[in-house]
Amino acid sequence: MNTELIVFLVLSLVAIVTAIVMLLHRNPVYSALFLVLNFIAVAVFYLLLGAPFIAMAQITVYAGAIMVLFLFVIMLLGAERLPDAKVLRLQRPLAYGLAIVLAAETIYLLFTKAGSNLVVTTPDASLNTMESLREIAMELFNRFLLPFEVTSILLLVAMIGAIVLSKREKGEPK
Amino acid sequence: MHLIETMNTGFFFLAPWLVLAPVIGLLVNAVFGRQLSEKWIGAVASLASGTAFVVSVLLAYSVAVNHGHAVSVPFAEWIHIGDLKLDWTFRVDSLSTTMMLVVSGVGTLIHIYAIGYMHEDVRFKHQEGRFARFFIFLNLFIAAMMILVSGDSYLMLFVGWEGVGLCSFLLIGFWFEMDTLARPSWANSDAAKKAFITNRVGDFGFLIAGFLMFWYLGRSFQFDDVFAAAPAIAETQRWVIIAITLFMLLGVAGKSAQIPLYVWLPDAMAGPTPVSALIHAATMVTAGVYLVARSAPIYTLVPEAQYIVAMVGAMTALFAATIAVGQYDIKKVLAYSTISQLGFMVAAVGMGAFVAGMFHLVTHAFFKALLFLSAGSVILGLERGHHAHAHHAHHEERHKVRGKRKEEREHEEHKEVFDPGDMRNMGGLRKTMPVTFWLYMIGTLALAGIFPFAGFWSKDEILLDANLHYTSVYWQLTIAAFFTAFYMGRQIWMVFFGEARSDAAKSAQESPKVMTVPLMVLAGLSVVGGALNLPFEGFHHLGHWLGYTLGEVEGLPLNLQVAGISTVLALLAIFISWLIYGRNPLKDHQSDPLKRPLGFVFTGMENKWFVDEGYGVLIITPFKKLSQFLAEVIDWRFWHDFVHDTVIAGTYNWLSEVVLNRYADQKGIDTFFNSWGSFTQWLSGNVRKIQNGFVRSYALSVLLGVVLILGYLILK
Amino acid sequence: MVPIEYYIILSVILFSIGVAGVVFRRNPLVIFMSIELMLNAANLAFVAFSSVLKSFEGQIFVFFVIAVAAAEVAVGLALIVEIFKSKRTIDVDQLNSMKE
Repeated sequence: MNTELIVFLVLSLVAIVTAIVMLLHRNPVYSALFLVLNFIAVAVFYLLLGAPFIAMAQITVYAGAIMVLFLFVIMLLGAERLPDAKVLRLQRPLAYGLAIVLAAETIYLLFTKAGSNLVVTTPDASLNTMESLREIAMELFNRFLLPFEVTSILLLVAMIGAIVLSKREKGEPK
Repeated sequence: MHLIETMNTGFFFLAPWLVLAPVIGLLVNAVFGRQLSEKWIGAVASLASGTAFVVSVLLAYSVAVNHGHAVSVPFAEWIHIGDLKLDWTFRVDSLSTTMMLVVSGVGTLIHIYAIGYMHEDVRFKHQEGRFARFFIFLNLFIAAMMILVSGDSYLMLFVGWEGVGLCSFLLIGFWFEMDTLARPSWANSDAAKKAFITNRVGDFGFLIAGFLMFWYLGRSFQFDDVFAAAPAIAETQRWVIIAITLFMLLGVAGKSAQIPLYVWLPDAMAGPTPVSALIHAATMVTAGVYLVARSAPIYTLVPEAQYIVAMVGAMTALFAATIAVGQYDIKKVLAYSTISQLGFMVAAVGMGAFVAGMFHLVTHAFFKALLFLSAGSVILGLERGHHAHAHHAHHEERHKVRGKRKEEREHEEHKEVFDPGDMRNMGGLRKTMPVTFWLYMIGTLALAGIFPFAGFWSKDEILLDANLHYTSVYWQLTIAAFFTAFYMGRQIWMVFFGEARSDAAKSAQESPKVMTVPLMVLAGLSVVGGALNLPFEGFHHLGHWLGYTLGEVEGLPLNLQVAGISTVLALLAIFISWLIYGRNPLKDHQSDPLKRPLGFVFTGMENKWFVDEGYGVLIITPFKKLSQFLAEVIDWRFWHDFVHDTVIAGTYNWLSEVVLNRYADQKGIDTFFNSWGSFTQWLSGNVRKIQNGFVRSYALSVLLGVVLILGYLILK
Repeated sequence: MVPIEYYIILSVILFSIGVAGVVFRRNPLVIFMSIELMLNAANLAFVAFSSVLKSFEGQIFVFFVIAVAAAEVAVGLALIVEIFKSKRTIDVDQLNSMKE
């Protein structure tokens, strides 16, 4: 047992537990907060995997922007607890069952069909964080320039869409 | 241009106009008949017939120029099957041109006569609209008759044969909705049907003869082919030739009104008188004689068949002559006379005296047409007198009959209706109708065979031949000739001499020129017609002429014994008739003076020897009963009710009801499809639940799909 | 030294949890969060492979995914708000008709 594995297992436990709590908590506010915890745990994984840029993006975009948005909406709509389901009572056990089967199948496939010997190594200290950021920037603005620009347009469209959807029609009561 | 050249080679190319001219005439009248006046209709029809006559003359001239050689003029393709080629070809030779001349010549005169006759007839019958129709039929008849005599094969001959039969039917039934006295009845239609059906019996014989001929004689209908093949067959299969000739005799008996099929001809007098003259005296009925003469090469091969033909002719001649003695209707007398004279012709051609037969055919066409047309003139004269003599009221009454109810109509029919054709209503007409009287006299003398009229020469030639060949035939014909003179004498005395026995006869009026002039022409021909073939050396013109076709015949010299006997007998018969009818003219409502002395014999003559009744008992009644039986019992009860309704339809119904409906259809097919329907309903009801609108269940389905696909990948 | 399989297994587990959330939660906000969780799980796998394969392309893909997720959340939340405004509820089980 090396330290990396221990760190991994601990972080994994955190991520899984927060995810499960998010899943099961009846109050959406708690769900949102536990999801933020989960995102942070995953961000740590990114750091461990030598992807500091993604880790930061994860923290700022997901944990910061998106989840704040969620919380706003939750507050706006009222964090009501929905009454018990009247229809589709089998949904929950089926969801559990199928999710477990899905996980089992995927893992089975992973071990039977993939079978690689690749091992994640800890990024050595020599790896300059800024260097890797530069590499990503070079890639992004050279090879992936067009997707990048398309992404910006996508965000613009989403923004306009959100505004249009939220906008009150003329004469519509407040 | 080429007229001179044509004058030398002949006008054979004109042959199709024999048929085309009358066809054009009838088409013109059929299309424009309603617009044209009666004069124009008559002129068109007469012109059409006259054109055919001119063509006939030119063709006869051409044959003469061509030294009597037969010429075939192809006109149209008809039936081509494999090697079999049946075409419409005109055969122009001396025999066919003789017939053409008679048909178109007499036909044209009768056309002209008919203009006057039908003008009055349609008015007496109040059917002015039928004037055009009559001439259409007449032209059609000329066309058909021309096809008959000009065909170069038995098949074309048969086409014409049937065509003239059709025209005969149409014209006998011309006044189809009335009887001869214009009373509402189907008598004329029945007469037409009788003629048609009786002729079918004869046509059956002709057809069988044609089939046999085709099968055994060279697989052809061409005259030349058949004649060429006949002698060889006569050597090996004699019965074939005998069968052909006898079956053909049956056809001849039908068309030329011989025993046993003559019964239709007296009834055919129901047609207008020009029709009786043209079709039922001068031309159509002689088609049988022409057929035998045309088939001379076949008949001469089998003397036994010839003997039968001759006997049939002779018996008919005698038998019909006796019946003519007992008739009162002026046209009926002439009808039986025609049958009798046709018997003479058939006997002649049967004996092989083809020239004599054809000679008598020609002269008979002249004088019998003359007699019939004169009789028509007499009838119309009486009709005129009848109308002139204050019968207007009566006539009006009769005219109204149409609208009345049936019982009333029957009641009216029982009333005495004036019959202008009954000789007992005549008498003394020589004063009121002098022209007709003299014309009738000429015709009578010619028919009676008095020297030097045409009938004397032609009849004498037949008797000469009969004297040479068959004595029995000779005596039968001689007695028939005696009767002929007698009944014609009786007719003359009854019609023209004595006192008028009816008011109509008293005020009878002479016919117009349009009727009498053609009669004069015919009378002239009846006088000099004998010159065609005088029994003196160098005067056998017709014999020589027909010899081109029939083979040169030695013209018989005049036999004074034969001629003397027949002439003496004829004069004697006329004298006797004078004794009975002329010396003491018949009084009004007096019965025939012969009735008492002859007793039942005269009753037999009067009633046509009950032949029609005999046929009725022997043939028609059993036939009707058989038809009744076949129709009611076999067809209706057995075939329709039992076989169709009970057996077939019943079984089918039962099968469909029990097997299909109850088991296969309802139990099997219905259940199957209903189950499908129910299944689909059930399935859709269940499947519908999947589409429930809940987004979560859709998400679950997607998840399930992913799981299943992964499972598939694992298990693969 | 952590074998790559461990990361993938973690990714699978997180993804499965997200799937379960999408399928059985009735609150559309939580469903959205579950979707984010699933995206995150996928991102984790991307980054893990990127790290193992010494390639930046995985990271760049994750970058795009994050951008798309942001856009998606913006529009999705706007839609939810609109639906709530018209239906007065956000229970997805109540939203089973195509029109009001």
